[in-house]
Amino acid sequence: MTLSSPYVLKETSVTWVMTQVCLALLPGIAVYTWVIGPAILIQLALASLAALAGEAAMLKIRGKPLNLFLTDGSALLTGWLIALTFPPLSPWWLIVVGTLFAIVVAKQLYGGLGQNPFNPAMIAFAASIVSFPALMSQWPSQDMHLGLVEHLRIVFGLSPHLDSLTAATPLDALKTGLKLGEEAGASVAGLLANAQTFGHVGGRGWEWITLAYLIGGLWLCLRRIITWHVPASFLAAVVVLSGALWLYDPREFANPLFHLFSGGVMLGAFFIATDPVTCASTPRGKLIFGAGCGLLAYVIRVFGGYPDGVAFAVLFLNICAPLISLLTQPPVFGAKGRN
Amino acid sequence: MFQLFKFNGGVKPPGNKAQSVGQPSATAPLPARLVVPLHQNIGGTPRPVVKAGDRVLKGQLIGEADGWISAAVHAPTSGMVRDIGAYVQPHPSGLSAVSVVIEPDGREEWIERQPVDYRNLPTDAVQTAIRQAGIVGLGGAAFPTHGKTTPAKGVPMEELIINGGECEPYITCDDILMREQGEGIVRGTAIIRDLMQPKKVLIGIEDNKPEAIAAMRAAVAACGENFDVVAVPALYPAGSAKQLTRMLTGKEVPVGKRSTDIGTQCFNVGTVYAVWRALALGEPLIDRMITVTGNVEHPRNWRAPIGMPIADLLALGGPKADTDGVILGGPMMGFVAPDLTVSTVKATNCLIARSRTLFPPAPPEMPCIRCGECARACPQDLQPFEMYWFSRARNFGKTQEYHIFDCIECGCCSFVCPSRIPLVQYFRFAKSEIWAREGDKKAANSAKERFEYKKAREEREKAEKAEKLAKAAAAQAAKKAAEAAATGDSLPVTTPTADDAEAAKKAAIAAAMERAKAQRAAVQPRNTDALNADQQHAIDAVEARRLQAGLETPAADNENPSS
Repeated sequence: MTLSSPYVLKETSVTWVMTQVCLALLPGIAVYTWVIGPAILIQLALASLAALAGEAAMLKIRGKPLNLFLTDGSALLTGWLIALTFPPLSPWWLIVVGTLFAIVVAKQLYGGLGQNPFNPAMIAFAASIVSFPALMSQWPSQDMHLGLVEHLRIVFGLSPHLDSLTAATPLDALKTGLKLGEEAGASVAGLLANAQTFGHVGGRGWEWITLAYLIGGLWLCLRRIITWHVPASFLAAVVVLSGALWLYDPREFANPLFHLFSGGVMLGAFFIATDPVTCASTPRGKLIFGAGCGLLAYVIRVFGGYPDGVAFAVLFLNICAPLISLLTQPPVFGAKGRN
Repeated sequence: MFQLFKFNGGVKPPGNKAQSVGQPSATAPLPARLVVPLHQNIGGTPRPVVKAGDRVLKGQLIGEADGWISAAVHAPTSGMVRDIGAYVQPHPSGLSAVSVVIEPDGREEWIERQPVDYRNLPTDAVQTAIRQAGIVGLGGAAFPTHGKTTPAKGVPMEELIINGGECEPYITCDDILMREQGEGIVRGTAIIRDLMQPKKVLIGIEDNKPEAIAAMRAAVAACGENFDVVAVPALYPAGSAKQLTRMLTGKEVPVGKRSTDIGTQCFNVGTVYAVWRALALGEPLIDRMITVTGNVEHPRNWRAPIGMPIADLLALGGPKADTDGVILGGPMMGFVAPDLTVSTVKATNCLIARSRTLFPPAPPEMPCIRCGECARACPQDLQPFEMYWFSRARNFGKTQEYHIFDCIECGCCSFVCPSRIPLVQYFRFAKSEIWAREGDKKAANSAKERFEYKKAREEREKAEKAEKLAKAAAAQAAKKAAEAAATGDSLPVTTPTADDAEAAKKAAIAAAMERAKAQRAAVQPRNTDALNADQQHAIDAVEARRLQAGLETPAADNENPSS
């Protein structure tokens, strides 16, 4: 029996919260499958299995109740986020290694659920892109329409991974294009006109996936699973910075819409930076946290060496989160008017 | 339209109020015996003024207020006092306290009831009458009511708030009282209004009680008063005084201050009704409305005498077979009665029969994921999860930095926590640990002070004595010298040297100390001789604590205080 009041509790649980977040990812996953192909489903399955296996092994070693923690949904969510950020045609072991690293090192070694200072999915991404830069930048070309069987063969190394299958991501294409075309006077507008890579507002195809993430994310906000602070300030920061530079020189810098709907901004703003464990905890802190993520993601994406900067931006702000929370404590009831 | 303000946070637990307001209230039959605790209020403990074997009348004083913040206790009915002794209290600790046991004679013989002419009496006389009628806050805090009726110095009273919020699930005693005794409540409010002279009187009622709102509006009109009856949104804990004040006035009672400091004051509807009965009818506080609900066949409100064993009250509701306990108060802030023999007190507003179906055991506690639901639900704008981390780590200093003492233990945080962490339980633990440590520190400090004072006194006395002796010795030497001179000795007069005086002084001191020691030893046997095992054990424990506190070394024990 409950030791002391309250004796009534709201119907909620960690499992319920994590399930809601997973549900909110479904539109994005559906569009991903439709646009890029069924490979993402293979990666999702691999990541889920690896996440649960890694979690189970670590829980056993740490002497924690398996049932309680395996069903909390947190490992599954981490696995899904990893799958959605890795190239879908990468070999099976890449996502398994990445996921195990996230669960075993970034989560369980720090003490498991609720104790990790860094977002495990972003640790997996950062560790992998540093360790296997070539594999992590092989994104499938959307002109190759392959079925599930071919995708399975590629992922499990039964078919050769042909260079013709892959293409640069829109962000990469733009960055490289600008660099190469510096002397030739290539402009953003000219590069974006390339319909093979770019679509209406963002990367071709990717813009629909990110739009689906946006819809899922807004649903999470409406259901109050996440608060609006982090996504709003994250997206606002991207818009403000990219907008300012775009107005300054539209030939050199892509417009804000392109940046919103390309790369990991939407997924990052609604699903990754909002991870409560690693995010700042106060409303004002969340605004700062989100804005920091947005600014840094843009800076790394446009001026840095990596095609996208969301992972590093989130990890960097994870370090700052405790300090941000400490410095943004809201006044308690009755302390506002205090002299 | 009345302008309402919002407070942050709050939750909406299922109300479960309809069950117990289906029928009007009834008067509970007298039980076989009443156990009336003397200490039912915040503040002093009333002194018993009757003894076992006395016959008491209904309303007769049995416990006398022992200070200004204290409230008298009266016999709820006529009968015989059977015992005055320690009985288990309706408190989560399950501790006992002095209670008066009365066996009713069934005659309900009143004392001579003398209404107080409150309109023509000075303020302090009215306050004294309220105090003597034993009236305390009936919303649950049980603070002596007269102690709240003095406005702060230099702060004009703006709003007097009458709290009919009753935000806790299940509880309907205020609801039914407002429906049935609206006029009494309004007249009681007018008494307090006359005492405090506020600019406005606001009666705040949650909008889930439309009948009570209508009844109160009708009562205000019938009495010709200009009180505002305001419906506030049903959002737990809107019935908490601070939150209700915020909703009605937009003002927040500053941390560490009283509501009168911002020109407001808040009383529960049951309290003002009791004030009216006490002054207008001369009936002290001897009964109150109590909701009996939960896992019972006939949920209802009962006007029950104070001191009624809860087993008897529960029986009136007809508890179902699977009842496995009784919650006193509401499910958000109440507590499980330590025992069914405990009796009701002035603060008891509700009995909820508990069962596993109504109140399922909490699921296993998971780690905190810092989701912040608790912070969003907290009506005091605290960060419960931060306080939780530090309470858990026993880092109590940090919990205070996160304002743990602003926590009103409303339970909103625990209610919403997806990890099912009993947060309030952690805060209660942290608070009691902090209090205990503070108590220890105070005790240690006063022990140290006493020891140092004693040391200083002994040193001063010794110095004084030595000075006196030295003076005496010097005088004697001078006298000797004078005598020698008088005898016509032609030798040059040698004045007594400093050496002589010093030696004399030392010898005198040593002799005096020796005498004193001998005297002490002879006259006063040391009370540490001939100890029994328990006493020796207690002394050892004290010594160990002293050592631990670093107050003194065992060698510095009484043997040589001046060293």
